[in-house]
Amino acid sequence: MKILIDEGKCVGAGTCVLAAADVFDQRDEDGIVVLLDADPPHTSLPQVRDAAARCPALAIEVVE
Amino acid sequence: MDHIVLVGASAAGLTAADTLRREGFTGTLTMVGDELQLPYDRPPLSKQVLAGDWEPHRSALRQDTDIQRLDMNLRLGCRATGLDTEDRVVTLADGDRLGYDGLIIATGLRPRRLPFGHDLAGVHVLRTLDETLTLRAQLLAGPRVVVIGAGFLGSEIAATARGLGLDVTLVDVEPAPMARQVGSWVGGLVGDMHRDHCVRLRMGRHVTGMTGQNGRVTAVTLDDGSRLPADVVVVAIGSVPATDWLAGSGLPLGDGVLCDRTCRAAPGVYAAGDVANWPHPVAGRRVRLEQRTNATQQAITAAGNLLSGPAEAVPYAPVPFGWTDQYDAKIQTCGWCPSDATVEVVDGDPQARKFVALYKVDDRVVGALGWNSARALREYRSHLTGNGAAR
Repeated sequence: MKILIDEGKCVGAGTCVLAAADVFDQRDEDGIVVLLDADPPHTSLPQVRDAAARCPALAIEVVE
Repeated sequence: MDHIVLVGASAAGLTAADTLRREGFTGTLTMVGDELQLPYDRPPLSKQVLAGDWEPHRSALRQDTDIQRLDMNLRLGCRATGLDTEDRVVTLADGDRLGYDGLIIATGLRPRRLPFGHDLAGVHVLRTLDETLTLRAQLLAGPRVVVIGAGFLGSEIAATARGLGLDVTLVDVEPAPMARQVGSWVGGLVGDMHRDHCVRLRMGRHVTGMTGQNGRVTAVTLDDGSRLPADVVVVAIGSVPATDWLAGSGLPLGDGVLCDRTCRAAPGVYAAGDVANWPHPVAGRRVRLEQRTNATQQAITAAGNLLSGPAEAVPYAPVPFGWTDQYDAKIQTCGWCPSDATVEVVDGDPQARKFVALYKVDDRVVGALGWNSARALREYRSHLTGNGAAR
């Protein structure tokens, strides 16, 4: 699994962190997404997919 | 279930399609939308697209190939005009009749209009991509802009117009911008920010009329008799749920489509997004949320519940979440921020324009607001959880 993020689209809602806290975080200064793990273990896939689906800016792409 | 029809081709409709396919629905999927464009996102319209920072195609909700992968019959540029819940048929403007086993209603909102002025050139509303591009062209041609309505949308449009270097006046009946959405204290800070950016505020004022010359707007008049010269007027006085096509359908309608706790409005019929009104299990009352995050979250729940059937359906109990970007401020809300709440700053400093405030009613925290404090707000958001669906 590979995760691609588009910082230019991110609105800092933090929805991804609530869905998959092991994989995503937010920058302190502006809340923009920080990818903690660009290649997380396969067991994280459901959470990562959920994060991508719920992102209100569609800034997360999951390549399986 | 062989055929599911989605009426509405924006964030909620598209998320419903995604969810149905992801959860294994292999039957026929038809998406109906009254605009010609492939599904696009609305929050960037009043910001990046109106400003010209994004080419319009960047607001697309999916790449064309991802839309194709959903294997839908796309009926775009075609308005749904009627629904028969007995025979399970959706009627389209071109006379077509679509039978369905399952239906998800995600028709969103239509902008409210003033009873006058909209026949004049230069007077605009902003809901669609086309309207945004038309407004942008007008803004680039006319230096004096009056924005009527200082809610989230009107305030964003004012900020974007200032960013384009225009002369902007923002008018509202409330004492401060966004006061109805976030209360008068934070609204006051929003007003200060606009003043700092040289937007003229006319708060606590009603618009009584517009004047024009040769069919084009020239001024807006207020209830104190003042006259605001204008080349462009944007009316952003809220929206109404797009339910006109459901008249006579037998569906319960009120402020939107009245659903149950699971977003179900009738057998096989669910609603999601701006148009859906449902009893929120944690709030203890009916709500309807005009928030981008809700469009996604509610569509995921509604589509899942349609597939699972009423016996397995889960209630929808999100923590509401909204945001606005104006100038360098990102203001985010979670939970409810009613105007009669007590507001308490718990993190940061309002003078530094970086803080988190809690909204309390009867000593109970009902909401939180972050101003340039996205990460800190998230910590407080977890204290407002509804249930497992509350993200």
